[in-house]
Amino acid sequence: MKNTVYINKKAIEVESGTTILQAAAQAGIKIPTLCHLEGQIPKGACRVCMVDVEGAKNMVASCTTPVNDGMKITTNSREVREARKFVLELLLSEHCGDCKTCVRNDDCELQQLAIEMGVMEIAYPGEKLITRIDESTPALVRDSGKCIKCRRCLTVCNEVQGIGALAAQGRGFDSVIGPAFDNALEGVQCVQCGQCAAVCPVGAITEKEHIDYVWEAIEDPSKFVVVQTAPAIRAALGECFDYEPGTLVTGKMVSALRLIGFDRIFDTNFAADLTIMEEGTELLTRLKTALVDKKQVALPMFTSCSPGWIKYAEYFYPEFLNNISTCKSPQQMFGAVAKTYMAKKEKIDPKNIVVVSVMPCTAKKFEAGRDEMNASGYQDVDYVLTTRELARMIKQTGIDFKALDDDKMDSPLGQSSGAADIFANTGGVMEAAVRTAYELVTGKELPLKNLHIKEVTGLEGVKKASLKIEGCLPEWSFLEGVELKVGVAHGLGNARKIIEAVRAGETFHFIEIMTCPGGCIGGGGQPRFTTDEVRQKRIEAIYKEDEGKTIRKSHMNPEIVQIYEEFLKKPLGSISHSLLHTHYHERN
Amino acid sequence: MANETETVVKHCQCSEVSEAELYERLTTIVRSQRTVPGALIPVLQTAQNLFGYLPENALRIISKELKIPYSEVAGVVGFYSYFSTVPKGKYTIRVCLGTACYVRGGQDVLRALQNELNINIGGTTPDRKFSLEVGRCFGACGLAPVVMVGDQTFQRVKPAKVGEILKSFE
Ligand code: SF4
Ligand code: SF4
Ligand code: SF4
Ligand code: FES
Ligand code: FES
Repeated sequence: MKNTVYINKKAIEVESGTTILQAAAQAGIKIPTLCHLEGQIPKGACRVCMVDVEGAKNMVASCTTPVNDGMKITTNSREVREARKFVLELLLSEHCGDCKTCVRNDDCELQQLAIEMGVMEIAYPGEKLITRIDESTPALVRDSGKCIKCRRCLTVCNEVQGIGALAAQGRGFDSVIGPAFDNALEGVQCVQCGQCAAVCPVGAITEKEHIDYVWEAIEDPSKFVVVQTAPAIRAALGECFDYEPGTLVTGKMVSALRLIGFDRIFDTNFAADLTIMEEGTELLTRLKTALVDKKQVALPMFTSCSPGWIKYAEYFYPEFLNNISTCKSPQQMFGAVAKTYMAKKEKIDPKNIVVVSVMPCTAKKFEAGRDEMNASGYQDVDYVLTTRELARMIKQTGIDFKALDDDKMDSPLGQSSGAADIFANTGGVMEAAVRTAYELVTGKELPLKNLHIKEVTGLEGVKKASLKIEGCLPEWSFLEGVELKVGVAHGLGNARKIIEAVRAGETFHFIEIMTCPGGCIGGGGQPRFTTDEVRQKRIEAIYKEDEGKTIRKSHMNPEIVQIYEEFLKKPLGSISHSLLHTHYHERN
Repeated sequence: MANETETVVKHCQCSEVSEAELYERLTTIVRSQRTVPGALIPVLQTAQNLFGYLPENALRIISKELKIPYSEVAGVVGFYSYFSTVPKGKYTIRVCLGTACYVRGGQDVLRALQNELNINIGGTTPDRKFSLEVGRCFGACGLAPVVMVGDQTFQRVKPAKVGEILKSFE
C-alpha cells in the first residue's frame, strides 16, 4: 500500500511501513544519524535523527518511526535543529578525545555532525568519560573515552557476525560497550574481523597501526622492503582520495607505493593464483580419495583465505577443522615465497627482507602473527597495513594521488590472472578455483558465459550452485557425470547457516567462506563507510578488472608456470607442503 | 582468580564439597536448562548460591553451555547489583554517602575504613571477613553519618572510631 507523506511540505509517495528516515532519503532529504545501521533493526538510541511530526507531542526518532498516510514531517525547523544540536553537545561534553591527534580526524562522524550543526562550544561541561586503551589484541585498539555508546559495533558483532564479543557492560553513566566486564578484548572470543571498527562512527575502535614500523623499515638502508597489495585494495583505495566508490586505481596505487619508497611492488594477486593451483589440486585430491580410493576424507572442503573465518572455526566449529583447506591464505603464501624464491632470485639474505602487505582486513594482522606462519625461517609477513592506513601513508608523503600516472607491478611476483582479481568478491575464490579445476579435469574451458558462475555472485548471504562435470580426461574419468555442489557464504552469521546445513546433512563438495559481508571488498580495513551500495560498486569494479585481462585463469599466469618450473615443481609437492600449507587448532 | 577460588574453599566451613564438585554440579544444572528460554538469570542465581559469588570459570561454563556469548553473560551480571564477581566477606559493611551523611563526613569515615581494612570499595578482606560497599541514604539522616555492618546500624560514626566498631565483630 502507498502512503502519501509531506516532508518539509513536499509530498512524496512511499510504501507503508517505511520509516521517516527512509522516506526522507527517498525524497533526497538527509537526516543525520549516529546509532542507525543500514539493514539492521533501528535502535533509536542516539536521538540525533529527531524530526517534528505535526500533531505529535514530542519530536520523534525518524529511524524508528514508520510513516502514516498524510503525515506532515518537518526535518529542518529551528526547534529540530536546536534539539539535535543539544543531543550532540551532550555527547561532546562527556567525550574524551582530541581531534587534532585522533586517527578519525578525517572521517569522524561525530566531528562531522558537530560541524554540520554548528556546534561552536560545549555549553555543558560535565563529567568526562575515562580513557582506557585496550591494545590486547593484534589487530584492534579500543579507546573507551571516545565511545559514544551508539552500539553499532555491538549490532554488527552480534547480528551480522553472530559472535557477541561486545555487549553492554554495567549501568548508567558508567556503562560501557565492550567485552566481558570491560576487560581486555583478548579475553573473549573475538575473531579480529574489524567489522566493529568499520562501523564505529568515532575513534573508539580502530586498527592497530603498523605505519611507523613500515616507515622505519623503508628508511633502514639494510632492509629490502617489498609490498604486496590484496585484490580488494585497488577497487576501494580511491575512495580515500574522493573518487567514486568502484573506481579502479591499480596503476596510481603502484605509483604511490613506489614514491613511498618500497623496493619492490608485488601483488597478492600473484599469490591468489598460486592458492588456486594448490587449493584446486587439493580439492581434486580429496574427491579422488573419496570416490576412487573409497577412503575416509573430510568433505566438503572449505576455503581458507579468510583469517577471521579460520579463527571462528577454531572457536566454534573445531569438528570441521579437517574440512578446511590446508592452504595458507594468499597473504601468507606470498610472504613464504618472497623470503625463499624471490630471495634466491634477487640474491638477498631473507633476514634482510621485510614483507609488508596492504590488506582490506584487520584479521590479516592477526594472521601474520600466528605461530605457524614462519615457514621461510622468518616471520613470513612482517607488517600489515589496512587500506585506510595506506591512504594515510600516501597523505603523509604529500603525494597528489589524483595526479599520479599509472605504473606496473614488478616481476617475479607481480603478474596475475583475472581469477585472482575476483578473490576480492564473495563467490570469487569459488569461481576462480572452478575455472582452473574444470579445465584441469576436462581439458576444456568452463562452459559458462564470461566464465562467471552467476549463482554465486552478488550479495545474497548464502549462495549455492551445482555444476555437472562432463567430458573428463582419462585421468579424471572418476569425475565423469558428477554434479559438483558448491556453496558460498559471506559474513559469519551466514557462515553459521551454511555449516548448520552441512551438519544437518546437506551435500556440498566445496564451500567458500569469507568473514566480511560482501567478501574482502567489504573488509574491516576498507575506507569508511561501506554500505551495500558501495559493496555492489566495488564488486562490479573487480569483475571489470577480471574481464579486462587477457589471462583469466590462474594456471595460465606465466609467472605461476615459472615458479612451478623453477622452484615448487608441482602443486602439493614437498616444497609446497612445507611453505604453502598449514594446520589449525581448536581454541576456547 | 584461581587463588581467590582456593581461598573460598579453604575458608568455607559450611560443607566439605570440593571446588571440582561444585563445578560438576553447576555443569549438570546448566545442561538441564539448555533449552529453557530465559534460563540465564536463574542459572546465574544458582551459581551464585553454589559459590557464594560468580567466579570467572563458572561464567565461562554458563556461557559455553547456554551458548550465550561470554560478553553478553558479563553484561547481565554487571547490570544487576545482586550479582557479584568477587567473593563476599562474612559481614558486608555499607557506608552511607547520601546527602546528609556526605556533608557530615561520610567520605572520611569511608576513607578510614578503607585504611583500616586495606581494601577498596567492592573489595573483601583476605580473611573473607569484611566486604566494603557504599550506599545512598539508609533513612537515618538525623544521625548521620551512618554505617551498617551486616544488619547492625552505627550512627554518628567518627573516623577515629571505626577500628573499635570492627573489633566488636571478632
Ligand atoms: S573520535 Fe571524533 S570527535 Fe572524538 S577526538 Fe576523534 S575525531 Fe575528535
Ligand atoms: S573484530 Fe569482529 S569479532 Fe571482534 S569484536 Fe569486532 S566485530 Fe566482534
Ligand atoms: S565503540 Fe564505536 S561503534 Fe561501539 S558503541 Fe562505541 S562509538 Fe559506537
Ligand atoms: S539514528 Fe535514530 S536514534 Fe540514532
Ligand atoms: S543520607 Fe545517610 S542515612 Fe540519609
